[in-house]
Parts: sequence; C-alpha cells; structure tokens
Amino acid sequence: MRPKITLALNSLLVLAFFLLLWQVLTVLLHVPAYILPGPIAVAAVVGSRFSSLAASFWITTQAAAIGLAASILVGIAISLIFAQWRWLRRLLYPYTILLQTVPIVAIAPLILMWMGSGIGSVAFIAFIVCLAPIIANTTQGLISVEENLVHLFHMHNATPAQVLFKLRLPHAMPSLFVGIRISSGIAVIGAIVGELFAGSSRVGQGGLGYSITYANAQLETNYLFALVLAATVLGFLFFFLGIFLEWYFLHQWHESRRAESGN
Amino acid sequence: MVRKVVESDSARSQRSAIPEIELKGISKQFDSGNANTRRPVLQDISLAVERGEIVTLLGPSGCGKSTLLRIVAGLLAPSAGEVFVNGILPVNARQMMSFIFQDATLLPWRTVAQNVGLGLELEHAARPLRAERIAAMLRLVGLEDAGKSYPRQLSGGMKMRVSIARALVHRPRILLMDEPFAALDEINRDRLNEEVLRLHREQNWTVLFVTHSVAEAVFLSTRVVVLAAHPGRIAHIHEVNLPWPRESAMRLSPAFDAEAARVSHLLREATAISRPDGEGALG
Ligand SMILES: Nc1ncnc2c1ncn2[C@@H]1O[C@H](COP(=O)(O)OP(=O)(O)OP(=O)(O)O)[C@@H](O)[C@H]1O
Ligand SMILES: [Mg+2]
Repeated sequence: MRPKITLALNSLLVLAFFLLLWQVLTVLLHVPAYILPGPIAVAAVVGSRFSSLAASFWITTQAAAIGLAASILVGIAISLIFAQWRWLRRLLYPYTILLQTVPIVAIAPLILMWMGSGIGSVAFIAFIVCLAPIIANTTQGLISVEENLVHLFHMHNATPAQVLFKLRLPHAMPSLFVGIRISSGIAVIGAIVGELFAGSSRVGQGGLGYSITYANAQLETNYLFALVLAATVLGFLFFFLGIFLEWYFLHQWHESRRAESGN
Repeated sequence: MVRKVVESDSARSQRSAIPEIELKGISKQFDSGNANTRRPVLQDISLAVERGEIVTLLGPSGCGKSTLLRIVAGLLAPSAGEVFVNGILPVNARQMMSFIFQDATLLPWRTVAQNVGLGLELEHAARPLRAERIAAMLRLVGLEDAGKSYPRQLSGGMKMRVSIARALVHRPRILLMDEPFAALDEINRDRLNEEVLRLHREQNWTVLFVTHSVAEAVFLSTRVVVLAAHPGRIAHIHEVNLPWPRESAMRLSPAFDAEAARVSHLLREATAISRPDGEGALG
C-alpha cells in the first residue's frame, strides 16, 4: 500500500512541477494568450465558463456512452453468431477488420451527410470505432474454449445453446472485457471526431468536439485548452469505467492474467 | 507362466452375456491434416470389458489411447468397426458414463459446488435434488468445506477431487479416465488411486483407465491392455495376478514387483515395435 501512495504523490509532484514550468515560461517569454495561455488562465476560464463546458462535456459523454453500449451489445451478438456458425465467421470476419482500418475521419462527413447532424450520428461514429475491438476479442474468446470442456458438455448431451451460453460465453468474458477496455478508450475519441464534423446542434449547444472547432475559429485559445482538458478527463473516466466493470464482473474467479497485456 | 484368473467379486457376480464395453475391429483415421497425420491412428482394436472390471490402457505417447477413450464415449466416431456400451451405441449410453480428463477441466467462473452440479444442471435436474447430490459428492471426496470456493483457490489435488466429484454426481456405471492423475505428485496420486478402488468396490463401476504409469496400471487393474503405436494396436493383454481388494501395502509386495516388471517388459516390447515412420507394423 505504502509504495503505491508514494508513487501517486510523486506523479502529482511531477504534474505540479510541469504546471509551474508552463506558467513560468509563458510569463517569462511573453507568449501571447491566443498562442499558449498559461495554466492559471486556463483554470480561470474553466471557472468562468463552467456551465457551458459542463454542458458540452455531458453531451459528449452521452454520445460516447451510447456508442460504446451499442457496440458492446451488437458486438456480443455478432460474436455469438460467429462462434456458432464457422462458415459465416470465415465469410464475414475479414470485413470486421475493415471496420478497424477505415479512416473514421474520412467517413465521418459521409455519416453526417446520411444521418444529419446531432447526437445520433455522433454516437453512431463512436459505435463504429468501438465495434471492431469488441467483435475481435469476444469472438476469439468464444472459439478458444478447450476441446475437453466441449467434450464434457457433450457427455451430458448439452444442447448447442447450453454450450454457447454456459460454456463459450462465460469463457469469453475476460476477452470481452479486454475489448471493452480498448473500446472505452476510443469511444470518447470517436465521439469527439464525430462532433468535429457532425456535432453542431440546433439547440445551440454542441459537444466537446464541436466546441473545440468553434473555440478554435474564434481564437478563444483559453477555452480551447479547457475543452481539451475536459476531453482528456472524459477519456480517462471511460477508461477507468472499463477497468472497473472488468474488475466488478471478473475479480471473483479470474486471475486477471490479461490485466498487464494492453493488447 | 500359469495365469491365475483374478477378478473382483463384483465382476464375477455381474458377468452377463453383454459386455459393458465392447470394441469390435475399431480403426480410426483422421481426415484432417497432411498425409502424415492421415495414417490410421488406431487399427483393428477389439476388446470386451466386463461389468466391474478395471481395465487400463498403457502405451507410448501417440498410440491413440485418448482417441480410443473418446470413441468409447461417443465423442468421436470410429472409421471402421463397432462400439457398444452395455449393448447400445455410445451416444445413447452417455447417461451411464462419466469422462475424467487429465487436467481437472473445471469451469473457473463456477464455484466448486456449481462445477460439481454442472451435469445435473445441464440435464435439468430439480434444484433440491441437485443440492443434495452435490453435498453428498463433496463429502465423498472430502471437500465438504470447499463448496463455495472458486477453482483458482484450490490445489491441484483438490481440483482433481472436484473433477471426480463432478463425474460421480450423476451416478455413472462406467468411468472413462484419461490419465486423470498424471499431473499430480506421487502421494496425491496414490491416495486418489486408493479412493478410486474404494469407490469402485462400493459402486460396482466398470473403469477404462488410461495411464503412463506401470505401477498405477498394475495397482488398479484387472487387466492391462498394452498398446503399440503407428498404428495404435493392441500388443498384449495382461491379466494382473494380484488379489482383490487391493491394499496400499501391496505396492511393497514381491508379487507387485513381479507384476510391474512383467508389464514394464511388455510396454518396452510394444514401444520397440512402435515406429513413428509406420514401417514394420504388426499388421
Ligand atoms: N483431432 C485430431 N486430428 C488429427 N489427428 C489427431 C487428432 N486427435 C489425435 N490425433 C492424432 O492421433 C494420434 C493419437 O493421439 P492420442 O491423443 O489418442 O494419443 P495418446 O495415446 O492419448 O497420446 P498421449 O499418451 O500423448 O496422450 C496422435 O498422433 C495425434 O496426433
Ligand atoms: Mg492422451
């Protein structure tokens, strides 16, 4: 316990030192605020525009959460189908890799064009970037069950549904959570990229991505920094949500062998 | 050598026209893989195991012992020949069989009790019956306090006991054991061997047991089937000339040593004719 606390304290010290250096340099070198505002100026704008910052934060949170949740549900469903019908997996699995390689920045404008702007298309973009890691990891987990365990189920005349839901699915849980962990990190990125293109809303309040483009255009660099900071915090929160879910569901039985491998 | 036929009382009393396990001219060949692996794994295996017998399969690695056991369990179909379990096809006789694998093959997300109850759950047994049987089985293997533990919290020997309890919970007549204790240390292995013998006596099982250990084969068996490899075939069937019930002290007797020496010799002979290139096969 003690070394952990020391480590955390040291990390905080590094952060404090970095902030101090940043502040001192911006003052000493007379950097104009619209190029690089100091941390104090950024903190001030976080305070003064907190409500609009929080609103943007909340909009992006919703879009990322919807996209992530949908990708988990759809990803599990597709993986179960892949595990059950090998020919279908052989036929379609290569296309899930396409999902991962398609440049989201390039297709985001298309999705905006097809679906219109708003939280729906932003969540859809987050969904697309989250889907491939979920499918890849879950499918792998479902099909990598030890042969003897399948034999064991067959000795009890288990139905295909029993093999799928009582053996393959629980066996795939650790892999599923590796996928969720990866996807929870990129869900926020996907949502923000989506908002850069499709985030404007008629209500007048956009998510973090939309506000970033707006602040950038207005040369409100203080606020831009605040938004970037908020986006980073949001990414962290999602990442830890993924880790927490993994711990919550698996800690009782799983050795968390995978905890180290970032995959 | 004068061979005195020794068999367990149960085997003698239960002898009937239908053998418990009957293999008639079994051959097996896998279609998958390259030409090398497409050679027959098993060739013309014929064997009848009577009710109450403990028959061990002993032979060099790759001679098809696991494959043979899976064929008896109806998990694999033979390429040629016929298998009957209690006179019917293995797939229809699974209710009376239990398979015990080399490693415990427990489901790590289930507690010990849930693991033991797996078969009953898959067969939709009523909950109270399940709980009662699970408790009885855990007592039988000496794990009554471990029901709520997860497999990762158990030692190798305890895991194997759970695996045995799981196999016994639906009261099989026939046990198929594929090197069940190979991963255990000698003390645990000897102890579990004695437990198998005790349960065999109480429950009147028929056991088909795969092992690499000559001592284990001699100690447990009514008969030792020595297999040669490439292709897998029966090189010799040896009736173990030791009295029943088997006691742990017997392991130290000269008679046991003589039997072990004999089986060792047979195993060496079988290994000598097991050419990996498949040349010089018996048949
Ligand atoms: N599903 C399979 N497809 C192709 N070949 C197989 C398959 N299963 C087993 N074999 C081959 O059959 C042969 C016998 O395998 P088996 O596992 O039955 O041997 P074994 O006697 O149990 O060996 P060991 O003592 O090492 O457990 C081996 O050469 C193996 O490569
Ligand atoms: Mg084997």
